[in-house]
This record gives sequence, structure tokens and C-alpha cells, in this order.
Amino acid sequence: MSNTLLPKLYKTMKRIRTFEERVSELFIKGESAGTMLHLSIGEELGPACVGTAMQENDTFTTHHRGHGIFVARGGDPNRMLAEIAGKKDGYCKGKGGSMHIADMKLGHLGANAIVGGGIPTVVGAAMSYKYLKEERVSVAFFGDGAMQQGILYESMNMASLWKLPVVFCCINNQYGMGTKIENAVGVKDFSKRAESFGLNTLHINDLDVESAYHKSKDIIDSARKFKPGFIEIECYRFYGHARMDKSPYRDESEESEKRKLDPISFASNQMIKNNILDEDDIKKIDDDIMIEMDKAMEFAINSPINEETEIFKDVYSENDPLPVSLDEKINKILNN
Amino acid sequence: MSDLNQNYFEKITYRDALRLAMHDAMQEDKNIIIMGEDVANYGGAYGATKDLLKLFGKERVIDTPISEPAIVGAAVGAAMSGLRPIAELMYVDFFGMSMDQIANQLAKIRYMFGGQISAPMVLRTQGGTGRSGGAQHSQSLESWIMHTPGLFLSMPAKPNDAYHLLRHALKIDNPTIFIEHKLLYNTTGTLDKKNIGAPFGKANILRKGEDVSIISYSRMINYAEKASEILEKENISAEVIDLRTLYPLDRETIINSVKKTKRALVLSESYYTSSVPSEITSIIFENCYKVLKKPVIRYTAEDTPVPVAPNLEKNYIPTIEKIVEYTKKVCN
Ligand SMILES: Cc1ncc(C[n+]2csc(CCOP(=O)(O)OP(=O)(O)O)c2C)c(N)n1
Ligand SMILES: [Mg+2]
Repeated sequence: MSNTLLPKLYKTMKRIRTFEERVSELFIKGESAGTMLHLSIGEELGPACVGTAMQENDTFTTHHRGHGIFVARGGDPNRMLAEIAGKKDGYCKGKGGSMHIADMKLGHLGANAIVGGGIPTVVGAAMSYKYLKEERVSVAFFGDGAMQQGILYESMNMASLWKLPVVFCCINNQYGMGTKIENAVGVKDFSKRAESFGLNTLHINDLDVESAYHKSKDIIDSARKFKPGFIEIECYRFYGHARMDKSPYRDESEESEKRKLDPISFASNQMIKNNILDEDDIKKIDDDIMIEMDKAMEFAINSPINEETEIFKDVYSENDPLPVSLDEKINKILNN
Repeated sequence: MSDLNQNYFEKITYRDALRLAMHDAMQEDKNIIIMGEDVANYGGAYGATKDLLKLFGKERVIDTPISEPAIVGAAVGAAMSGLRPIAELMYVDFFGMSMDQIANQLAKIRYMFGGQISAPMVLRTQGGTGRSGGAQHSQSLESWIMHTPGLFLSMPAKPNDAYHLLRHALKIDNPTIFIEHKLLYNTTGTLDKKNIGAPFGKANILRKGEDVSIISYSRMINYAEKASEILEKENISAEVIDLRTLYPLDRETIINSVKKTKRALVLSESYYTSSVPSEITSIIFENCYKVLKKPVIRYTAEDTPVPVAPNLEKNYIPTIEKIVEYTKKVCN
């Protein structure tokens, strides 16, 4: 039983999937804040391998489909689900929601609802680390859709020009909403684009999470030595774009075929085949995760809602006065 | 879209009125194209371009990459070169990254180039709260456009206006920004294709009243109408004015109404500060100060980003109860 890495990666992937299933349930129960919930089911390999290869002090930003990455980086399912429910105990007091989860303590510099919006943040974070002589890497996670945003290329150029400890990580799930990748790009080889900026590149296109981990770690370690990198992880978005989307724009046969490329069952088969863990061991891991995520559900549902005054907090620094509410403004005028 | 050739619809959704407007315009004018993210295959994030791909083909209904500045910019270039594009931004919040193309290019082409050329295109998008979309998917950014000379700006609330204003925008020689509301798509109303009731720059008095003018546009119009029904039961007669277009703006209808009622409440989902409602408020003050019995009230969204939490989001924008409360105070 020398191999502890694969079980660890397996557990991370399984926690991501189970968490996302709970997000979906939260919606069905009518407890989620809205329906703009983007799940990473099927895409767990990337967050698990890159998230695990990063070091404790490293930081990151994510796209709107970022739950999985945060789970892999130590996000607390309780507070994550509470955020997704728009509750007071959430990471952002329920004001950010699924698409804006952040936690500065864990190096999560923010999920983003603007495609590409969080990419330049890691360039600036890396400028700070370099200037402050802190040995940290900042990783931007984004979808294939963001490969078509100009800001990515502005950011890659700066990272290359200033030799910054940055990694750009594209989770390529083949779709941007209903648009297949083939209908969004002239040339599909994303690594070539990054190469032309002088970045170290890595293209992962299989289900072997252990080898993906080692390769990702090389890219991240090089970034720490001021050689910025680019990682593309190909995968498949198993379900709709957001919770309400039933993907009418793609064939069911495509979906069922692609869902066979499941990184989680691949890892569990690998463990059994190589005598790393047996079925009972795996079941025990799965059961523990179930219990953990059930508790998170309960926590989110029981978390209180915000007081109304919360609207006005966090617009400016806490040392400054709160913005004046409309009610106060209007009544002052009318009572004049 | 069953009965495309029908001229009168007793009940049609706002969404279908827009689809029909694009359909009819595209049949009439072969140079109209639609371009935007997921407008073709998917039929638009809110379904406004559904089936148009089937009817007009992929040369005219074009899915684009997720590249907003280039979507707007390419539409500008196409508009300068013989086409009449309808570009779609999935959310008005993407004005953020597109603003150079909108404000520095599109709005200024005609002026900078001494009137040689214009960019006759329509930029369709949608905004507003109501889906817990959060700070980057729920904004009302019409004030950015109204602050930019060179752009027509339309924000219809009713299916009939949506149809006719979009048709009109696709015939004129000015670029038009057409902002829909995410919670209006499923609302219904009548549509009379023959009755060109909604030219640009003409407000619609939806309800005649004597005691107070409630001036609004887009989704808040429906709130104003509901509030005015409640007010009626309390013997307050509110005049409800739907501006429909913010540029050109029907100043005359606003001023005449307030001169008559002597009281006004401006209602909007936009911000209180430096905004469409603050502009309308100053127009009223400048023109009606001699007759005003009470200060003009602008009831808007709070001057904060939009929160996700449903209980906060609900009170972030005006509520019908508060419209009633403030209007009563204005009439007191
Ligand atoms: C700038 C911007 N444009 C469009 C959208 C609307 N939108 C949200 S997610 C999405 C698809 C993004 O695709 P991708 O980057 O591949 O991420 P995925 O959803 O596949 O994980 C789109 C078009 C957005 N949020 N931001
Ligand atoms: Mg994608």
C-alpha cells in the first residue's frame, strides 16, 4: 500500500462530484439562490490534479464553473453550499452566490461570472509575490470559452514579459453553453497559442489523474521559478450548461458515449486493478463523503438569511459610512 | 412561431413579439443578419432568436465565439459596409468589456468622420434583477448609454412596443441600443402589427390620472400599473407614463403630464445617482418647478451592487408596496 496519491486524488474527485450533486438537490428543494448553477460533474480530473499539485500558499481565480476547484483547494462544503443558497453563513455572506465564491484565507481570489474576468487577477497577484519575494504561484482557471477572450492574451503576454509565477489553466469541456468548440474556434490547438507567448505548455487528454498530477506539478513548479505556464485539460460537461439546461443542442448518443469517459470510475478501477484499494475501501471513502455532504446540505438549509441592512455593507470600507438607503433619502425629502 | 402572417395577436409573449419583429424585418431586408453568442443553435439565452436559424440559415443567423468587444466591433464594421446587423450581448453587464466599441466606436463613427457614414445596427441585450444572477448578471446599465451622445436607446415594456420599436430600429439610420428585461420575456400582451403605435421618442400614457405622474420604463412599468390600481382604491388617481425610448426622450409628454398633476414619481431599476431617473427628475424640475406641489421623487435601485441572496435582491429594487407608500406621501 505505498500508493497514497491515487486514493487522495480519487477522494478529491469524488468529493467534488458528491458536492455538485448536493448543489443540484439544493436547487430541487427550492433552496438555492436562483438557477445559475454551473456544475463540474465529469470535469473533476482537472481541479483534482492541478488543485493538488499547487502548494498551500498558492492562490487562484476560477470561472463560473468553479465549485470543483474550490473543493479541491480545501473549500468548506458547509460554507460553500450556504453561499450557493444565498445565506448568511456563506463564504461571501450570500451576496456573491455560486458564481462569486471567494475565500482569501484559502487563496481563492474569486470566482467570476464574466467569462475571462478573473484571468488578469493572477497576473497582478504574481506581480505582488515577485515584488514581495514570496514563493507563491497564482493559477487562473477558466473554460474553453475564455480562450476566445482578448484579455487572456493580454495577460499571457504580461506573464511572459515579466516572467511571473503564473499558470493559466483551461478546463476544456468542449462546450461554451450550447456552442460546440468546433463552432467557436478556427484552430483548436490551444497549446500553440500559449506556446507563441513563450509559456510552458501541457495538454492533458486522458483519464489518468495520477500522471496528470505529476505533469501539472512540473508546470506549477516551473512557474514558481518564474517560467509561466499553460495547462489545457480536455474533458466533457456531463450535463447541461446550468441547472435548467437540458442540452437539446447535442445528441443523447454523444452524451452517453462521452459520459463513459468518467475520471472517477477510471480512478477507482485503477486502484482495484493495481491492488491499491479494494472495493470495500472505496465504498468506505464514498460513504464518508456522503455523510460529509449531507451535513453540508443541512448546514446550508438551516443557515439564517441576512438582515436587510446587509445590502449596504461591503460597498465601501467598514471605516466609511454605509451608503444611505433609498428609504432614508426619500423620506428625508418628503418630510422636509 | 405558428401564424407568422397573422397581423393581430390577442396574446403574445414579449419574447415572441421580438422574434416576430426580427423575422418580419429579415424577410423584408435581406441585409439584416443576427450575430451573438448562442443566438443560432440555442436560439438565444432567453429564447428571443429561437428557430430563426432554421428559417434564415447560418449565413444570416450566426453563433459567435465568446468575444464581446469583437462581436460589437464587427457589427459596427458590417454596418458601415452594407449590412444591417442585429448584434446580441447575452447580458447587459457585458457592456463592461464592450464599452470601447459601443461608446468610442459605434456612437462616434458618424460625428468623427464628418457625417460620411453611419453604423445602422441594433445592439440587443437584456438586463435587470430577479434571477439571483448577482452583481455581474443583474445590472441596469441604460444610464451608460444615455450618457453617450450618438446612440438611440429603447427599453420597451410591452410586446406591442417591443415589436414596433425593434422594427423601427431596423429601418432608421442611427445605431440603436435595445435593452430588454430578463423577467419580461414571459409576460404577455396584445400585438397589432398594423398599428405602428410606437415610434421612437413618443412616450405612451398607459393610464390617465389627475393627482400624480408616475414616469417609468421597462419592467418597472408593470409595477407602476399595479401600484396605480391599488392607489385608485385609495382615491389617488395616478397617471402612468411609459417612456419606451430614452433617446429620443419624449420630454413634452413628461412635462405636460407633470404640469397637469403637479406631482411626480420617477420609477426605475437603474441607480439613484447619476442615472436615467436623475436626468428625468432634473428635466421635470427645470420645466415644472413653478407648479410642483412636492419634490419630485426618484424611486430606483439602491446605490450598491446587486446581491445574490433572494431576500436582499427583492428589496434591492423598488417594491409595489413602497411605490404605493411614497406616492401617497407625494400626494399628501
Ligand atoms: C463575458 C461573458 N460572456 C458571456 C457570458 C455568458 N456565459 C456564461 S457561461 C458561458 C459559456 C462559457 O463557456 P466556457 O468558458 O467554456 O465555460 P463552461 O461553461 O463550459 O465551463 C457563457 C457564454 C458570460 N458570463 N460572460
Ligand atoms: Mg466550456
